[in-house]
Amino acid sequence: MILRGRVIVKGKAEGYVVKCDKPVVILGDINEREGTACGKSIVNKIFVFPYGAGSTVGSYTIYGLRYYGNAPVGMILQEAETIVTAGAIIAEIPTVDKIDISKIKEGDYVRMKDGVVEIISSRPHS
Amino acid sequence: MYLTREEERILEGEEGEILAKMMEILVKVGEIYHADRLIPITSAQISGVSYNTIGDSGLHFLNSLKGARVRVLTTLNPLAFDERYLHQLGVDEKIYNKQMEIIKAYVDMGVKTTATCTPYYFDNIPKFGEHIAWAESSAVIYANSIIGARTNREGAITALASALIGKTPNYGLHLEEKRKATHLVELDFQPEGEEYSLLGLLLGERVKGIPYLRISGNYDDFKLMGAAMAASGSVAMYHVENFTPEYRKALHDDVERIFIERKELENNASCEDVELVAIGCPHVSPSELRRIANYLKGKKKREYVELWIFVARSVKERYPELIRIIENFGGKVMMDTCVVVSNAGKIYHTIGTNSGKAAFYLAKKKFGGAKVVVRDLYTLLRSVVQ
Repeated sequence: MILRGRVIVKGKAEGYVVKCDKPVVILGDINEREGTACGKSIVNKIFVFPYGAGSTVGSYTIYGLRYYGNAPVGMILQEAETIVTAGAIIAEIPTVDKIDISKIKEGDYVRMKDGVVEIISSRPHS
Repeated sequence: MYLTREEERILEGEEGEILAKMMEILVKVGEIYHADRLIPITSAQISGVSYNTIGDSGLHFLNSLKGARVRVLTTLNPLAFDERYLHQLGVDEKIYNKQMEIIKAYVDMGVKTTATCTPYYFDNIPKFGEHIAWAESSAVIYANSIIGARTNREGAITALASALIGKTPNYGLHLEEKRKATHLVELDFQPEGEEYSLLGLLLGERVKGIPYLRISGNYDDFKLMGAAMAASGSVAMYHVENFTPEYRKALHDDVERIFIERKELENNASCEDVELVAIGCPHVSPSELRRIANYLKGKKKREYVELWIFVARSVKERYPELIRIIENFGGKVMMDTCVVVSNAGKIYHTIGTNSGKAAFYLAKKKFGGAKVVVRDLYTLLRSVVQ
């Protein structure tokens, strides 16, 4: 399946999906030293979530993921806002938004290039 | 979004990688919020200063900007400590050194190290109608509502990007039509004392937009009310009838009405046995400082309770006689830091304050999870006097 969205940070990436279904409070829900979001590892994964929330210092948390070598290879969002946008740009993480993330499931293997997201292998519904 | 040739050149990297990245941030945020273009700003206020919040990665990022210079007057939020009170604030050598490195990175960029959340008293005073790019939600809501300057709720990075480029994307509160009221707030009471802070906390939870109020108060009352609603919610502007500069154009047929009763304001705890009374979130105004000093003059502090007053360096330096009175009384007047970004909440477990914003943060685990009571200025002062 191919989904088209809006480019936030250009670039190519592919990997397995780790998904948070709820908005992610960046400064709080993400631990940049461990590379986790909502308790799950996002290191070298495609991190999928609806949108970011909370303190605007959260952009530094996303940069921290890169600084500690724990960044996801790409991010896919329903709707990017200022915190995630600024963070993704300074951390240089390929990012796309305006994607219907209900179509993407935890564990799917996806390939993203600029604004296009391709689901290569979909995990069967459990 | 329209970009000038000059802006295109910067975006393409002709003035270096750093500015290209900063421009990319402004353009991308502009596209997301449908800005038509970038507009020049007259000043910036930067958050993300305390080592306690941005850590090593934040310091690394700031150091990666070496060589860049701000293009407009740029001032700085509070840091982790007042140098004179390192011991009382539990600051070790590592935190001290890292904080100093952060400050140096900002100084090298030409940022004024004002270290206050109230730059609008002396350090950075925007005029009515000016476009600015401010982070620090309490200063944003003060600038929009009380001064009539125009800024969105910028973040640590977008405010810095705007400072280095000298521009901000033209959307949201920069536009006349986006500054009108969205909610008409009807109350069954006129707030008194701590009720400005408590009302602010409640409005932050209930209003996603711009509330319009018909109440009386002074600048300090509304400063506390605004800071509280910006902390508990995402409010960046309010109107007060017959008080704030843009109230006449604020109302229209589409406003939503909300009703708040006095009994909805929550404040049950007693403030008789707090360990710390903290005043100055946001930093105290010259008028608040004078009220405090006048009340404490010639009185004696009770044992086992601390009184900390947080103030901008620029205010403190202008009123040495008031500071002397408070310090002779036994209070500590701290500059460059605040009760939230210092370690105060991890040292004291019961805190009294007149600030809804401080109460909102200090009660959270991340800031120490203290028991916090909100009371008006004079009730707090009475509680520390013998």
